[in-house]
Amino acid sequence: MASIRFRLNGQPQSADVVPDMPLLWYLRDALGMTGTKFGCGMALCGACTVHVDGQAVRSCITTVASLAGKNVLTIEGLSADGSHPVQRAWNELDVPQCGYCQSGQIMAAAALLAKKAHPTDGDIDEVMRGNICRCGTYQDIRSAIHRASDIQAAGGKA
Amino acid sequence: MNRRSFLQVGASVSAGLLIGFRLKAEVTNTAPRLNAWIHIAPDDTVTFMIHKTEMGQGTLTSLSQLLAEELEVEWAKFRTEFPPVDPAFGPMQGVVGSQSIRSSWGPLRQAGATARTMLISAAAAQWGVDPAQCRAEKGAVINTASGARLSYGQLATAASALPAPKGVVLKDPKQFQIIGKSPKRLDTRDKTTGTTKFGIDARVPGMVYAAVARSPVFGGKVASFDDKKARAVAGVNNVVSISNGVAVVADNSWSAIQGSRALEVKWDDGPNADLNSAGIRKLFAEKTLEAGAVARKTGDGAAGLAGAVKKIDAVYEAPFLAHATMEPLNCTAHVTPASCDIWASTQMQTTVHATAMQITGLKAADVHVHSMFMGGGFGRRSTADFVGEAVELSKAISKPVKVTWSREDDMHHDVYRPASLARFSGGLDADGWPVALTANLASPSILYTAGGGRAPRNGLDSTSTEGIHDTPYSIPHTQVDYHWTEVGIPVFFWRAVGYTQNTFFMESFIDELAAAGGKDPVEVRRRLLTKVPRALGVLELAAEKAGWGQALPAGRFRGVGLVNNIGSFTAQVAEISVDKGKVRVHRVVCAVDCGHVVNPAIVQQQIRSAVVFGLTAALKGSITIDKGRVQQANFNNYDMLRIDETPAVEVYIVPSTENPGGIGEAGVPTIAPAVCNAIFAATGKRVRKLPIRADELV
Repeated sequence: MASIRFRLNGQPQSADVVPDMPLLWYLRDALGMTGTKFGCGMALCGACTVHVDGQAVRSCITTVASLAGKNVLTIEGLSADGSHPVQRAWNELDVPQCGYCQSGQIMAAAALLAKKAHPTDGDIDEVMRGNICRCGTYQDIRSAIHRASDIQAAGGKA
Repeated sequence: MNRRSFLQVGASVSAGLLIGFRLKAEVTNTAPRLNAWIHIAPDDTVTFMIHKTEMGQGTLTSLSQLLAEELEVEWAKFRTEFPPVDPAFGPMQGVVGSQSIRSSWGPLRQAGATARTMLISAAAAQWGVDPAQCRAEKGAVINTASGARLSYGQLATAASALPAPKGVVLKDPKQFQIIGKSPKRLDTRDKTTGTTKFGIDARVPGMVYAAVARSPVFGGKVASFDDKKARAVAGVNNVVSISNGVAVVADNSWSAIQGSRALEVKWDDGPNADLNSAGIRKLFAEKTLEAGAVARKTGDGAAGLAGAVKKIDAVYEAPFLAHATMEPLNCTAHVTPASCDIWASTQMQTTVHATAMQITGLKAADVHVHSMFMGGGFGRRSTADFVGEAVELSKAISKPVKVTWSREDDMHHDVYRPASLARFSGGLDADGWPVALTANLASPSILYTAGGGRAPRNGLDSTSTEGIHDTPYSIPHTQVDYHWTEVGIPVFFWRAVGYTQNTFFMESFIDELAAAGGKDPVEVRRRLLTKVPRALGVLELAAEKAGWGQALPAGRFRGVGLVNNIGSFTAQVAEISVDKGKVRVHRVVCAVDCGHVVNPAIVQQQIRSAVVFGLTAALKGSITIDKGRVQQANFNNYDMLRIDETPAVEVYIVPSTENPGGIGEAGVPTIAPAVCNAIFAATGKRVRKLPIRADELV
């Protein structure tokens, strides 16, 4: 057991885990933060996407040990009340169907918008093709990312 | 036996298990109960018990619309709960066969109207007036003479004591305020904040986590195992033999999965150790050279072909497919000597309940099924194999336990969409119109698996031939033969079931007949559909909206497909291009007639979803077998369609006052043939085997 210190959704966190424990399972099983989902365990589907120092990463292959000193953001920390522009757009357009992949989709989209305030369809394809949605909500995801871009540009007032 | 009658048999079996055990109310909601679906608390909180589960298909929202409409409560001024299994909801609680709206359309409006009538009666009694003088509005009863108002909460206790009136009158659809509209989905918000609880998110105090090593060969068994390496994995604290394999128990899911991989098991591979895809295909190909069980006979197929001016033959094939729900299978169970609690994302609550009763020997009232949101179902979660394992393990270790399947477990131990092979022959008259069609199919039977190994009656399984034997096309001589061919691979319902492969076969072959007769594909279908106006309607609408017959940009080509399944009619036109064999689908126009629409936005969502689901199968889906094992394991070799491959889908709904049809499976079958027919238009090459392969198109 090693004790790893990092920040989780803005709060200091000290994790005592076996060295190769992926963040996904630490979040879900040790902390009960179940918003981050298990989909494939091999960084193939994007369901477990979180941010580490602002970058979208797959928590199923990111060990807790690699997080020392870093900032981790999960769906639970994206906003206190579902008011992040991406969440607002998703909510407005009723994007989710089963909803299982949507935490990962939202985290991937939020990272994209943080870098590119007005992504093109090509930008969206490049980033979001890493996230599978078995319900096939892709068309709605695309519309919602453009809508989130507008909400963000209007300072959340769109 | 068709799928519906199977479900009815299943229902009566399960109902039989329940006889004599009136379930005690396990509902956390103790508010006055107007009927099984509707509870109203004195503080005006209205709770809808949604007895079917939610896997994305919108049941939670659309069933609430049926109740709210007749009860006269404002939209979203109510809560919802998934209630326990209770015969008050009917003999079978589950979400299969796109049945939810179809089976609830009458009963749930009736439940709403009955509760409303009871609330009006209670108000009238309190005021001492004729109930005819009262009306319900926005969660209250109004005395139309005095203007007095009593809220549902004020009336609920008195109303719940009244006998339920019989034969209440339902609203004239012209008065609908909520049905036919698209109110916001009730499950959206929680699904954007990560707070929705799926089965895999269940947490119970004292819970341990487990993964199970199962025989990699279908039908194999554990010969022996060495658990030394598994027990050496940090976090692993137990290894337990169960009927389906060996369970590794740990203090977190990851350690359990690592432990199960470290386990050294010697397997007795059993009779399927040499099974492979080529052998299965050969068996199908041989069988279909002989006459089979006759699934459809109109006129005389052989004579029709013999008398035809032109005759064509073709062999079509489809592979096994996995469900690959995004939420891998899992189940949390807590068995004690006196009770069993199960937290599961399930499509069949009743089957889960019956399975747990069987394993534990407990009475119905002591088995509690907690229905969780499903991260996809597509038919996979209508089994209870994943539930049985968890119940058995919890019983063995006397602890609450969550069994989580890895993606590899999920793909290797699925119950698959059957592989199938079909030989078609068709005949044309002197003018080039189809006059004869014969199809000879071989595949494993879903009803054989679903029926627990009972041979399909007369060698027929309607799920194996649906899409062909029940074609809406009128061809004077039509015969469909079927060879029930078990190969050792478990098969099951997969979103749109037999229509998925058979509509691809049938709609492609109709296109072949059109081409052989020198006819336009829409023109041929139009001529064969004159007796089925609703099918003709969606064909015409899709053709019109797609601009069928009009010029396309260079390099773009169109194809059409049509299906009548689950009580609905769907036509799709796909617009594609082919570059070095790589197919790109740009636009899909879909016309659907699903009868009376409860929620148009959800119908649209389901069609967009179905197109992606069907296109994933057409472009990528293939489960292959070698040495009795599935060769694919994860999304690297069983990939899903991605956002950059997804076409723009346009959905046009035919206005209708017919009873509702299903929608969840309506849009799946037609996309593969629409795309393949467009490929023929583009390349002159006919795709007769799925998935579509680039190297066969160059």
